[in-house]
Amino acid sequence: MKDIKVLGPGCKRCQTTEDMVKTAASDLGLDVAVEKVTDYAEMAKYGIVSTPGIVIDGKVVHSGGLPKEEDLKRWLNA
Amino acid sequence: MNTHALSLQQMRKSQAVWFAGLAAALALWFALYWQLLPSAQWLVAQTGIAPGSHLASSVEFFFYDTPKVLMLLTLVVFAMGVVRTFFSPEHTRALLAGKREGLGNIAAAHLGIVTPFCSCSAVPLFVGFVSAGVPLGVTFSFLIAAPMVNEIALGLLFALVGWKVALTYLAFGLTVAIVAGWVIGRLHLEHWLEPWVREVRAADTELEDIRMTWVDRFEAGWDAVKEIVGKVWYWIIAGIAAGAFIHGYVPAELLSHIMGADSWWSVPAAVLLGIPMYSNAAGIIPVIEALIGKGAALGTVLAFMMSVIALSFPEMIILRKVLSLKLIAVFIAVVGSGILAVGFLFNALFS
Repeated sequence: MKDIKVLGPGCKRCQTTEDMVKTAASDLGLDVAVEKVTDYAEMAKYGIVSTPGIVIDGKVVHSGGLPKEEDLKRWLNA
Repeated sequence: MNTHALSLQQMRKSQAVWFAGLAAALALWFALYWQLLPSAQWLVAQTGIAPGSHLASSVEFFFYDTPKVLMLLTLVVFAMGVVRTFFSPEHTRALLAGKREGLGNIAAAHLGIVTPFCSCSAVPLFVGFVSAGVPLGVTFSFLIAAPMVNEIALGLLFALVGWKVALTYLAFGLTVAIVAGWVIGRLHLEHWLEPWVREVRAADTELEDIRMTWVDRFEAGWDAVKEIVGKVWYWIIAGIAAGAFIHGYVPAELLSHIMGADSWWSVPAAVLLGIPMYSNAAGIIPVIEALIGKGAALGTVLAFMMSVIALSFPEMIILRKVLSLKLIAVFIAVVGSGILAVGFLFNALFS
């Protein structure tokens, strides 16, 4: 099971990103745990500068703006 | 191998389609743009409003400015959206980390204009910069320049009010960001950050380098148009309505008396008035255009605009999460004085 964190203070884009991650995972039939990180200190530890960010199994794969769907699927499959 | 070659071919094809489409769109844009004034006049004539009346002049301003500003905005936002794909906050941070103050402030202010980031990213950006070793003053130069020298405002000023005003706005905005950041750095206020900010040690992130094609960049530009124009169009309509009212009804003597260069107190009043007001940069430009047309002093008007855009309560509330109240007060004071100085200087230069 993949452990996915969506980093973002709760703006609209961050919410959209979380939904995109969930949709992409269910499209691929993957079993994932998606967690939303809204704490700034927690976010800063991952070293991202712009939100929303996506962390998969402890690795930052995306930061800033909405991800592209095909990228998202590639990261989830990796 | 075969599929790879095929997708490459598709990409080239869509790139050609993009270039052709853009060229056609630009030609259409200019053709339409030159028809705006005659169309607005024709429209006003159809309404039967007495020509030369206050109402006619207001309505014409509205009919002419609405499509004009929206068209200009689309063009500016698209161009900036494409330019911004060449920058990212991560690259900017890497460029600024460990930079000395002075040169660092200058670089940060310039990067603040072109680096894409949304206001909800202000806190992670601030923490990310400081924890990566970007000096506090340099970080502030970035954070001040980003909203103050708004690229959309710059583009609209250029098109609506003229290149002189646009360039002076750019130069003074950069100067305020550089000097204010430098002053904050000199004051050594690191201990006024919220404690957790000082303790955070950011991990190094290595994002994969995404190779962007021109199609990606154009698509990013188009996304920016959809997002920004979709979000600010009602601000603009409101701004143009206010501008149309000023244009048609507010007597020039009254305005040049209140906002003219002779009344010294008009600049501080404009800055104070601007702090609680929060408008999108794009919405304020039509108001600026109308005010200047009525003889308001340029410095006063620009000070008002910068204050509205750069000093806003919502942003203060967001920044409160990382800055102590004292540091926020210093921030407001330093940026406010910078804007005041710009206002007075402008009035002295252009009157």
